[in-house]
Amino acid sequence: MLTFKLNGQRVQSNAALSESLLSVLIEDFHINGSKFGCGLQQCGSCTVLVDGKPLRACGAPLSSVAGRSVQTLEGLAQAGVPSRLQQAFIDEQAAQCGYCTSGMILTAQAFLERNPNPSEQEVRQALDSNLCRCGAHNRIVKAVLRAAKKVGS
Amino acid sequence: MSKVSNPPHPRLPGLATLNRRSLLKTAGYLSLQFPLLLSGQEALSASANEPVRLPGDLQTNRTLSAWLRVNADQTITLLVGKVELGQGVLTAVGQVCAEELDVDISRIRITSGDTRLVPNEGVTAGSFSMPYCATAVQYASAEVRHILLSLAAEKWSLPIDSLQVKDGVIASSTGQTLTYWDLVLGGALEREATGAIAPKDPSLYRYIGQSMPRIDFPLKMTGQSIFVHELRLPGMLHARVVRPPSYRSRLLSVNVSRAQAMPGVVKVVRNGSFLGVIAKRESQADAASRVLEKSAKWQTDTQLPTHDGIFDWLLKAPTHTVKAIKSQARASAEVVSQVLEATYQRPFHMHASIGTSCAVATFTHDGDMVIQLHSQSVFETGLSIAKMLGLPANKVHCKHMQGAGCYGHNMADDAAADAALLAKEVMGSPVRLQYTRAQEHQWEPYGSAMVVKTQASLSASGEILDWDLKLWSNPHQVRPNGDPGNLLSARYLEKPFDLVIPENGGPPNYAADRNAIALYEFKGHKVTTNFITEMPVRASSTRGLGAYANVFSIESFMDEVAAKLQVDPIEHRLRYLKDTRARDVLQKVTSLLGPKPVVKAPNMGRGVAFARYKNIACYCAVAFEVEVNPQTGYIRVLKAFVAADAGQLVNPDGVKNQLEGGLIQSLSWTLKEEVKFNTTTILSEDWASYPILRFSEVPPVHIELINRPGMPFLGAGEAAQGPTSAALANAVFDAIGVRLRRIPFTPDRVRASMAKGQS
Repeated sequence: MLTFKLNGQRVQSNAALSESLLSVLIEDFHINGSKFGCGLQQCGSCTVLVDGKPLRACGAPLSSVAGRSVQTLEGLAQAGVPSRLQQAFIDEQAAQCGYCTSGMILTAQAFLERNPNPSEQEVRQALDSNLCRCGAHNRIVKAVLRAAKKVGS
Repeated sequence: MSKVSNPPHPRLPGLATLNRRSLLKTAGYLSLQFPLLLSGQEALSASANEPVRLPGDLQTNRTLSAWLRVNADQTITLLVGKVELGQGVLTAVGQVCAEELDVDISRIRITSGDTRLVPNEGVTAGSFSMPYCATAVQYASAEVRHILLSLAAEKWSLPIDSLQVKDGVIASSTGQTLTYWDLVLGGALEREATGAIAPKDPSLYRYIGQSMPRIDFPLKMTGQSIFVHELRLPGMLHARVVRPPSYRSRLLSVNVSRAQAMPGVVKVVRNGSFLGVIAKRESQADAASRVLEKSAKWQTDTQLPTHDGIFDWLLKAPTHTVKAIKSQARASAEVVSQVLEATYQRPFHMHASIGTSCAVATFTHDGDMVIQLHSQSVFETGLSIAKMLGLPANKVHCKHMQGAGCYGHNMADDAAADAALLAKEVMGSPVRLQYTRAQEHQWEPYGSAMVVKTQASLSASGEILDWDLKLWSNPHQVRPNGDPGNLLSARYLEKPFDLVIPENGGPPNYAADRNAIALYEFKGHKVTTNFITEMPVRASSTRGLGAYANVFSIESFMDEVAAKLQVDPIEHRLRYLKDTRARDVLQKVTSLLGPKPVVKAPNMGRGVAFARYKNIACYCAVAFEVEVNPQTGYIRVLKAFVAADAGQLVNPDGVKNQLEGGLIQSLSWTLKEEVKFNTTTILSEDWASYPILRFSEVPPVHIELINRPGMPFLGAGEAAQGPTSAALANAVFDAIGVRLRRIPFTPDRVRASMAKGQS
């Protein structure tokens, strides 16, 4: 039995400790906000935050989050209200298919906490390892900068 | 396994939600009897005596109630056969419906892609959704509004023209009101559309032409379930398939019992050379599939031409058809002073969806095969699957759910077929199947490699007298159009289905030769298609089909001719371009690019290219500013500009999003992408071996749209693919004087071309 925090709630899992965090989140905790993209830690679709830091859940065993706090896209919204960053993605219409979006938002969330007032170049660098196939890159960068401005104001 | 309550799933206010539940809940409220939906063909034959040609897909789905329902709960259900592929089509058709019905857009509930509920609109592809689906919705909505008004007019004995509508409330000049929801329609919508009710005048538009936010984004951006990947049905099992080492492999032997004994494994399925495993958890299916893979012995006899050898292969392969799709001989007798020639090459490109393909299938105890899938062709794929499984066509029920962006025929249909093959083995249990990344990369049908040869004969005064283009291509349309042979696994079954020999698409859309006929008016103009049906690697529809390579060739060659003649490439194009809308986008993009620098900076360049997609859809001109590093051969794209005319704009921001996305994807194809393969296997198996464009490589993109109020809607989703590739080649030529004719323009190719001093 392994215990960790998921989006603020204490949860338990007795899945095999070697099972990937991603499949446990999807199958046992019905998380939608982390998606299987490659299973190779190459694309970033499965990104979650563990103690505030981005982690590619497809390559992390369940055991790696024992006693730690895991946040997914679902955990960013408060009482049904999208977070500032989620709202910025909606306002900028920063997607097309939206499959990579949750990984983008979580990676950007961690980045903005580290660097609340980034330049455009810094945002591009921060997201460079997250893949988008629809070509929504510029809108995603604008959304992150929009959320950052709001943090600053 | 301990279960916890799900983390909170916020419900956000949206413009409209894609809500099947509300449809089911409300459909019975009014005393309406809806007729069985006619399939396209039945509708056609039923209307054999009705010569009226109806707008868009109303032509093939002629009953109003097939498209629209007025619900007692003050909502409207819009039923469409086209599906959301991530480009926003449902938002746009919702706008059109709200506009023409005169209801608030929040009242629209859209049901799409359910083969038992919606009109059969065929495949969602080819930039057809706006001209065919949105146009049908426009006319159907206008006619339903007219019917509702007629009912009110009759009731009040007033002329229909004296009535006004606002958000479904009909008001008379004398102050009486009635709502759409008060009017019991009875069978009023169970009749054929007439197409005779004119849509609104564009000056009255409230929704059409407005940038409306996408209806699915709040759900996607907060993690609510919307993708098929997130469907969780009670008792759902998980499956994996095992693929052979190469296309023509046959399974000789496999140790099934070891996998069968693994934890959680429900069933190992072997049917000829098709191998799959069903387990309780996805990780268990995955583990068992790897054990199966290890023990499987295959016979492999494929001799692939390799990615470097494919262009010679195409030129030498037995050609299925050689067809002159244009042969306009020059009538005038000018003397040819010089002849220019060039050869362009495009490799196989992947759709490379970010999410691997996925489907959920349930073989119910009633003998129905219910499949949730992210296919572009729910009806045809359902029919193909029925034939593959030996089920009556009406026993396969396909329900579209969203997937990751597909940009054409990827593995969505294969996943549906595989899920169904496996679900048939475990009656009553839903089976979810998702491919691994390597399976998606190695087995999807790629965009065909092509060779294009161009020739121009010029007069002494620098006029193009004769233009000749020849192309060599594999098929671009190998979709499961009702035939199981086009489903990947069907070819490996004990009783295999053969791939049907694909046909090339004819006019006006074409396929391999899409956009091969330049829009320029030359005195002599010849275009020849060499269509090669033998496919060394699997190929099918990929965004733009042949247009990508054909426009690359035409627009590169126009620049090559201009350079040879030392004339301005824009002026050179305008000389042969008579279509004023084409001229407008070309001139617009030139003005966005701004005046040429007086002194050209070293290694900096600019390039422009233009095409009207399919010569019948969106007009699009693209321009780039680039900097090429002569030491590394690295091309940095500094700025991108697009000018486009998609007719009457419905959702301008949606059009911009699609054009920008198309440009960036095409830039990725052109700069980086090539499916690599040796003589037996596909080597591009992940994102490291098939890299795509990243944030740091994506330029800022400035887009200007030219709206054409009242003109037909033109699809824009594929318009940027072709012009992007040539504009980039032209910009690189401007920067370093080197002409790149083989895609992709990787740094090593740029360096090699520079070393050759090619110009």
